[in-house]
Amino acid sequence: MKLHLLEPHHGRLNTVIQRTPAELKLGGGLVIITLTVMLPAPATVWLWCATAILGLVVLLSRLPLLFLLQRLLLLAPFVLGVTLVNAFQPAYRAHWCWLVARSVLCLLTVLLVSNTTPFSEVLRVLRRVRVPTLLITTLALMHRYLFVLVEEAERMRRARAGRTFTARRRWQWPVLAGVAGQLFIRASERAERIYAAMCARGLK
Amino acid sequence: MDSASVAQSVDPIMHIPDGFIDGKTVVVTATLSAIGVGLALNRVHHTFPARKIPMLGLAAAFLFAAQMLNFPVVAGTSGHLIGGVLVAALLGPSAAVVVVTTVLIVQCFLFQDGGVLALGANIFNMAILGAGGGWVIFRCVAALLRGTRGRITAVAFAAWLSTVLAAAGCAAQLAWSGKVDWKSAFTAMVGVHLLIGLGEGLISALVFAAIQRTRPELMQTGPSAEPHTRWGEFAFFGLLAAVGLALFVAPLACPWPDGLAVVAEKLGFALAATPPMLPVLAPEYSFPGIHSAALATAVAGAVGCLIVFALALLLACVLVPKRTEHPSATSAPP
Repeated sequence: MKLHLLEPHHGRLNTVIQRTPAELKLGGGLVIITLTVMLPAPATVWLWCATAILGLVVLLSRLPLLFLLQRLLLLAPFVLGVTLVNAFQPAYRAHWCWLVARSVLCLLTVLLVSNTTPFSEVLRVLRRVRVPTLLITTLALMHRYLFVLVEEAERMRRARAGRTFTARRRWQWPVLAGVAGQLFIRASERAERIYAAMCARGLK
Repeated sequence: MDSASVAQSVDPIMHIPDGFIDGKTVVVTATLSAIGVGLALNRVHHTFPARKIPMLGLAAAFLFAAQMLNFPVVAGTSGHLIGGVLVAALLGPSAAVVVVTTVLIVQCFLFQDGGVLALGANIFNMAILGAGGGWVIFRCVAALLRGTRGRITAVAFAAWLSTVLAAAGCAAQLAWSGKVDWKSAFTAMVGVHLLIGLGEGLISALVFAAIQRTRPELMQTGPSAEPHTRWGEFAFFGLLAAVGLALFVAPLACPWPDGLAVVAEKLGFALAATPPMLPVLAPEYSFPGIHSAALATAVAGAVGCLIVFALALLLACVLVPKRTEHPSATSAPP
C-alpha cells in the first residue's frame, strides 16, 4: 500500500535534526500539534510561526521535497470528503481554509518527526513515559514483523497467480479470503516460533 | 498490490486527521479510549498465557498485511478487510482492542493515517466500538445460534454492524466538534459504511470460515475455551461502547429544539442552525403510517438489521454444508 514510500528515508541521512534526541523531537512535535489544533480560529500568527519552524526543520533535515509532497497528498481522501460535505453549506465554508491549513501543518509535523526518528527511539521514549510494557512489546513486534508479513502476503499472491488462480471475478473473493486466512495461520505459527526462540534465548 | 488497483481501493474514510475535532472531543475520546485500552491491557496481562503474547504483535502485523489484499468490487474499485471483529472472534475482545490500538498507533506515526490528537477518537471508533463492541454483538449472536454456522453468521453480522457503529461514532465526533453538519455527515458516513460494512462482513466471514476449515484448533471461541471471566469483558465493552455512543450521538439526535445549538453557542461557535443545502443522500428514512421521525428511523434501522442478519445466516448456510455442521458443533476440540 504505502510501504514503498516509507523505506528509503529511515535513518539514512545524518544531519542536526536526525541527531537531536528523540524526546525533544516528539515533545516538540506534540506541542506544535496541540497548539495548532487548540488555538481558536484566527490564529494566523501562530500558523506562520509553525510554518516557519517546520520549513526550517525541512531545510535542516534535508528530506527530499518531492517525497514530502507525495506524502502530503495521501491526506487527500479524508480532506476531500469533508470538503464535499462542507462545500454545500455556506456557514461552514469560511472555516474551510483554516481547517485545511491546520490539518496540513499537523500532518507535516508528524511526517517530519517520523521520518527523522527511528521507531526504536520512539519506543524508548514511550517506555520512559511509562506506557505499559505489553503495549510497547506489541508495538515493537508489529513494527518488526510488518515488513515480513507484507512480503509473505506478496509471495502468496505471486504463488497463487503462478498457479493461475486469476480466472473469473466471481470466484476471487473466496480465494482471496483463503489467502488472508492462510496468512493468519502463518502469523500464528510464526508467533509460536518467536516465543520458542525467546525462551531459548533466556526469557524469564 | 499492484499500484493500479491500490489507487482505486475504496478506503473506509474513518481515520480522523488532526484539526478535525476540537478540544473537548479530544479530551472526552482520549479519556474513554484510555479507560478501554487500559482495561484491555490489564485483562490480557492477567488472562493471556505468556506463550501467546507474541501473537498480539503478529496479529497486528497480520491485520496490516491483510489490508493490502484488494477484494475487487465493481468497475475497477476494490475494498479491503478492516478486521477488528475478525481478530476479536479469533483472539478475544481484550486482545483485539490491544491489536487494533497498536495498528492505529503505527498507522498514525509511520503512515500519518489519522492524527496524533485524534488518536483517542480513532481508537474509540475502531478499537473500542469496532473490535470491543463488535465482539459483544458477536457473542450475542453466537449465543443465539450454536455451532459453526452460528459463529460465521455472528462474525458476518457483527462485522457489518460494528462498521456502521464506528462510522456513526466518527460522524458524531466530527459534528460534535462543529466541523460538519450532523445530518449530512451522518447520512454520508453511515450511508457509505452500510455498503462497506456488507463487504467487511462478507470478507470477515470468508476468512473466518477459511481458518475454521484449515485450523479449527486456533479458534478461541468454542464453549470450552470460554472462561466465565468473559462476562466481565462482555459487560465492560458493551457498557463502554454504549456510553460512548450515547454521549456523542444523544445530544445531536435528540428531538428537542436544537440542543447542539445551545451547546455550540455556549462554547463560542456561531455556526449551528443553518439548514443543510446538501440534499440528503439516502432517501429519508420513513415508514408509511409512522409519524415520529425518530421512531421511523429506529424501525428502518431494525428492518435493515434483520435483512443483514438473514443475509449473514444465508452466507453461513452456504459456507458450512449440513454434513460438516454437526460433528464440529457437538465435539468441540478439547
